[in-house]
Amino acid sequence: MAMLLELRHVSKAFSNVRVLQGVDLTVEAGHVVALAGENGAGKSTLMKIITGIYHRDSGTMKFQGKEVQFHNARQSMDAGIAMIHQELNLLPALTVGENIFLGRELVNRAGRIKWSEIDEQSRFWLKQLKQDIDPREVIANLSIAQQQMVEIARALSMNAEVIIMDEPTDALTDVETKILFDVVDQLRSQGKGLIFISHRLGEIFQLCDDVAILRDGEMVHQCPVSEIDQDGLIRHMVGRELSEQYPYVTAKSAPVRLQVSQLEAKGVKGVSFAANAGEVVGFAGLVGAGRTELAKAIYGANRPTSGTVEIDGQAAQIRSPIDGVRAGIGYVTEDRKLEGLIQSQGLRSNMSLTGLFQFSSPLGHLDKKAERVAITEYINAFSIKTHGIDAVVSQLSGGNQQKVSIAKSLVPKPRILILDEPTRGVDVGAKREIYNLINDLKTQGLCILLMSSDMPELLGISDRILVMSHGRLTGAFEHNDADQESIMRCCTVA
Amino acid sequence: MKIKEFASENISLIGLVILMLLVSIASPSFLSVDNLLNILRQTSINAVIAMGMTFVILTAGIDLSVGSILAFAGAVCASMIGADVPLLVALFATLSIGALLGATSGSIVSFFGVQPFIATLVGMTMIRGATLVYTEGRPISTGDYEVANAFYEIGGGYVAGIPIPVIIAFVVFALCWYVLNYTRIGRYVYAIGGNEQVAKLAGINVSAVKITVFAISGALSALAGIILTARLESAQPTAGLAYELDAIAAVVLGGTSLMGGRGRITGTLIGALIIGVLNNALNIMDVSSYYQMIAKGGVILLAVVIDRRGK
Repeated sequence: MAMLLELRHVSKAFSNVRVLQGVDLTVEAGHVVALAGENGAGKSTLMKIITGIYHRDSGTMKFQGKEVQFHNARQSMDAGIAMIHQELNLLPALTVGENIFLGRELVNRAGRIKWSEIDEQSRFWLKQLKQDIDPREVIANLSIAQQQMVEIARALSMNAEVIIMDEPTDALTDVETKILFDVVDQLRSQGKGLIFISHRLGEIFQLCDDVAILRDGEMVHQCPVSEIDQDGLIRHMVGRELSEQYPYVTAKSAPVRLQVSQLEAKGVKGVSFAANAGEVVGFAGLVGAGRTELAKAIYGANRPTSGTVEIDGQAAQIRSPIDGVRAGIGYVTEDRKLEGLIQSQGLRSNMSLTGLFQFSSPLGHLDKKAERVAITEYINAFSIKTHGIDAVVSQLSGGNQQKVSIAKSLVPKPRILILDEPTRGVDVGAKREIYNLINDLKTQGLCILLMSSDMPELLGISDRILVMSHGRLTGAFEHNDADQESIMRCCTVA
Repeated sequence: MKIKEFASENISLIGLVILMLLVSIASPSFLSVDNLLNILRQTSINAVIAMGMTFVILTAGIDLSVGSILAFAGAVCASMIGADVPLLVALFATLSIGALLGATSGSIVSFFGVQPFIATLVGMTMIRGATLVYTEGRPISTGDYEVANAFYEIGGGYVAGIPIPVIIAFVVFALCWYVLNYTRIGRYVYAIGGNEQVAKLAGINVSAVKITVFAISGALSALAGIILTARLESAQPTAGLAYELDAIAAVVLGGTSLMGGRGRITGTLIGALIIGVLNNALNIMDVSSYYQMIAKGGVILLAVVIDRRGK
């Protein structure tokens, strides 16, 4: 069988954080390769390197036997590599046909677009997918599943030799999934190479020929699917032992601090749980399981539609972050850049923003001296490396920015702290510091909710782990009985 | 390094000094005390408007309605003075009308999600129309009651040899400087301009802050209207036409980013002075007013380009 795609020793780092380390990957003609790995293992980065969106720092890539170096997505597309993205990449205001041929419009010699031909070809590719969608329909009027099918038709229409599918079935119903699998079989028999990324392990065994497993940016295993079973696959995915990296402090028994009952909000369906003072409650789940949405609903950033929240036995009406801060909730957002810190401004103004009333009189006069003293204390206590209290935040490393972000939500002295992916984009050393910080805060009696996609981290420092899937709670584990495989099973409950 | 840092931080101040040096070489009468005071007085109206504009621009907004608010407030104030309303009552009512008009724009921006440019463009048109309706297109006289003479002092009077408009502008500057640097709301203004989403998630009442900055801009435009009306001893329905452009130019010359979140009120003061000096210099050098516009535009362009390169 001919080798279509061959990667050797590919490495990639983002501002000193290693994301991929010496990765090998081969795709043969007529084979479907499953790419498995946890969130953050480096799957998306690897795919973006193959399609030229990112550039590899080192290593080689051969496509159809020839050494290639793509500088942008267009070049890889022209060469014959198509990618179906997890998040839909369609322009909602344009028609189906316009989207399928976006950037490759069929034109006559005068430059006039040949609409009838675009319609005809669009209809042809959609028919391959057994879809009866009008090419003149506007994308926004289609269901998510139909949009996904348009995206797939777009990839097929490029006549690519290698097709990458990133979680293509996430948005599809069973009927469409079946159709997609038939199409994949067809492509396989045509001798195309496919890379299939899915969190649904069952699909891997049902559909794929080979499986490649990424863990922490390294390719730990690639073999034919027939040589591995589901348990083996999970073992390779989660791999490592829980070592010293996760210092765990036993929680003391304490009264209930937070009681959430039947909370409903965007992406959250009837969630109920309790969390104690001096306890770290971890939330596991796949991307899109509703953990961030839950965090935002509790804090008030997304307004809950029904359900109640009680703090220290008192009902709390939280409709906006203003209420959330007042009720004693601190929220460290998942997205530091867009939601967490004002990148263009200094440490001081960022850190004191949420708790500014601590340093100001009722009329609003700011006591800058008190502010300076308090902020300097946080900088020292969290050992934030900076050359000054007014240094611009964007110049700090990821780890230091994260510490600034945590300090910011601690300044108003909250009773509950919600940490959403607190170690994402943070290197190993700084991660360890953040874990110690979480433990300190926990022993000081703070109630901490920890949303994380880093499973070993969750297992390592949470007192309890709650699992979410499709907006619901699907599992609960005590620190001592939690293991990755059981959690993973709860994560994939439909 | 220190010098370089100082230079890039204070580029507008350096620009002002260089401009003054050049003009004083070209025309010795420029540096006389009388002329300098004259420049300050001519600058004060634009400076007062531009300082309100600074608040709005720091939140990444813009206020195009300042000139119209100036005209409307001036007309209302003139008719109150003409009707023998007590001075303090008339002044307070006029400032309140300005603040209210500004707050209305701010509310439209906050609650209906309309772009500040559009909301205040609408405000600019409608308030100008309201002014023309109210004045029937004619100047409004301030009458000849006793109160009118006291009122004129606001535009033409002196305290210790310094024109009262200059004193007003300086007091406004001191207040704005205090609010932006030493109050909670000042910090919130910068935060919203820096990243509105972050500000919202930090529990800041973003709508309230936005309405407040537009109200400040409106009130200061009304104050400028009072000064102008007192100086001219009557209110013109077409007063303040295109004043928004000079105010925005002063803010930008002062180094405040139109993207919001970065800038200083001191810069705006200097920016207003640059425009004032330029106008004065071109006048005493007898440059025709047609060429003056071209020269002014050129200087603003030059300043902004230098500022961009320094970043």
